[in-house]
Amino acid sequence: MDTTATVAEKPKQITSRIDPRYEVMMYKYVGVENSHTLEFYRSHGGYETAKKAITTMKPVDVVEEMKKSGLRGRGGAGFPTGMKWSFMPPVDGRQRFIVCNADESEPGSCKDRYVLEDDPHQLIEGMVIAGYAIQATKGGLYIRGEYYLGYERLYKAIQDAKREGLLGKNLFGSDFEFDIILHRGSGAYICGEETALMNSFEGFRANPRLKPPFPAQAGVYGFPTTINNVTSLASAVHIINKGAAWFSAMGTDDSKGFHHVQLSGPVKRHGVYEVPMGITYREIIYGLGGGPTEDIKAFIPGGSSCPMFPFTDQYLDMPMEYASVAKAGSMLGTGGLILIPKDKCMVDALYNVVRFYAHESCGKCTPCREGVSTWMPKMYQKLLAGLGQKGDIELIEDVSANIRGRSFCVFADACIMPIQASLKHFRHEYEYIIENKKSMYPKKSRWAE
Amino acid sequence: MTELQTLKPFFTDRQDVLNEILNRYPSYGRRSAVMPLLWEVQRAERHISEPRIHEIAEIIGVHPTEVKGVMSFYSTYHEHPVGKYHLQICSTLSCSLAGSDEMYDFICEETGLVNGETDKEGRFSIQKVECLGSCTTAPVLQINDTYFERVTKSRCKLLLDSMKQDKLPEPWRERGGDNAGAEKAKVL
Repeated sequence: MDTTATVAEKPKQITSRIDPRYEVMMYKYVGVENSHTLEFYRSHGGYETAKKAITTMKPVDVVEEMKKSGLRGRGGAGFPTGMKWSFMPPVDGRQRFIVCNADESEPGSCKDRYVLEDDPHQLIEGMVIAGYAIQATKGGLYIRGEYYLGYERLYKAIQDAKREGLLGKNLFGSDFEFDIILHRGSGAYICGEETALMNSFEGFRANPRLKPPFPAQAGVYGFPTTINNVTSLASAVHIINKGAAWFSAMGTDDSKGFHHVQLSGPVKRHGVYEVPMGITYREIIYGLGGGPTEDIKAFIPGGSSCPMFPFTDQYLDMPMEYASVAKAGSMLGTGGLILIPKDKCMVDALYNVVRFYAHESCGKCTPCREGVSTWMPKMYQKLLAGLGQKGDIELIEDVSANIRGRSFCVFADACIMPIQASLKHFRHEYEYIIENKKSMYPKKSRWAE
Repeated sequence: MTELQTLKPFFTDRQDVLNEILNRYPSYGRRSAVMPLLWEVQRAERHISEPRIHEIAEIIGVHPTEVKGVMSFYSTYHEHPVGKYHLQICSTLSCSLAGSDEMYDFICEETGLVNGETDKEGRFSIQKVECLGSCTTAPVLQINDTYFERVTKSRCKLLLDSMKQDKLPEPWRERGGDNAGAEKAKVL
């Protein structure tokens, strides 16, 4: 190609390093040239933390340190990571697994991809530390099929680490051994659900499994397993390196440490921002993001499955922490913040979300297969086609109420919660579309020239 | 059945690839190799045909129905061949807000194909896909394994034009975030 637009551009820095109050940790080397190589990673102290953990700490101390740090899982559910690690049964001679969930596919989220692509060794080091803490000698790394660049780089990174003795037997002169199995998914959102991920890892259809038994009792291949998100595991490197006190000093009483906000929608500066917990949404959207480029009516705080908030002072001044967001009726989720412009038809926006869940439903249980996968998209198609009738809103509400909390896994709830939130805040748009047989806001192109 | 008998097995000349994949997993986890083996076939032949399913089933030691069941669950394995350039357009919320619907229409117009179709020459195929995890650099177009991020209309045109000449440009990597630079940013 002889055109300038397609020439590979120099990687650009990402993150919130523009905020002087905070020093970027996990994303420090994202976007730096050759940051994915082992040489680069070791040049700034890579694998020193794993060495420190394995040679100077007992496994139980590592778990304790993680508990003290207050880190909560960054994959969406927000379960305390240290506590999860402590759920592993006592060592009994069985194989134990630490699995990394890199099946990032929540709409609005892309924080894991940059770590996988630009800093794979950071994740591997995090897995070594986690493996040591829970005394697992095998790690499973489940990466979604679409992240091919990340897969290639991780594959190379694991080979390099094995060659250099950073994975394998007798790590750092101890008798601890650790190895990673890299497994590539093939495009299924449900694999983000931990038991579905385990089925997929074992080469089955990715249907969720009944819990209990929980993965700590019977996980991959039936062995005790702990599953963590990419950024949870990568956080372990920094927590063990700098100490739990350093980590828990950041953030608020309720939510410790840093999180990654992924800002998308009509805003000046899209991107992933590493920020301390407790920053307000106003600071994120106006300070880091440079403000919206058009009028906004709502924002989704943590990926498409989290109920949306109206774009008002009350919600903008809310700190980004688990408790506040939950109290306001939503979830922190993965931190994928999506702005919805004022003249985007809310019914159309929700149809997009519903269609996503309808496509990704695994079909195992009836409420989800019939409700999420069949009824919901049909109801929205009917409304958008101008065929809405009186009673349709009530029907959507009724179907929603009958799905929520009644499905096999939380997938169906993830679809229903945004629907209910949109009905709560933007019911007038649904009423308008039924009354006038057309959307309140006609479709408008936002595709940049 | 004639096709099954006459087609040369896929892994006959690829024993090293096969062994590398099988050795990734512990002995009790042989079945895990189903997905990577399907990937190998998909990448080489752009689809997974019945004989290949039988072959993989035999390697793993399960019934072909089991392999087909796995294959049909996931959206990136194809029963019919996709084009040399398989265009996957993300259509989920963030990309949709950044114009992926219009991008889809544009690509349909330019190639004369719609979602799920492959052209006669086997050059282009189109698939509308769900969130590709590139929300902050939307809209994203995945061509085979490569992400093309923040695809504006002019970039989309350039991409299509160059693929029509059988060339795939180097991907550009957008990252977003604070690329405006520290001095320009204001913190409230």
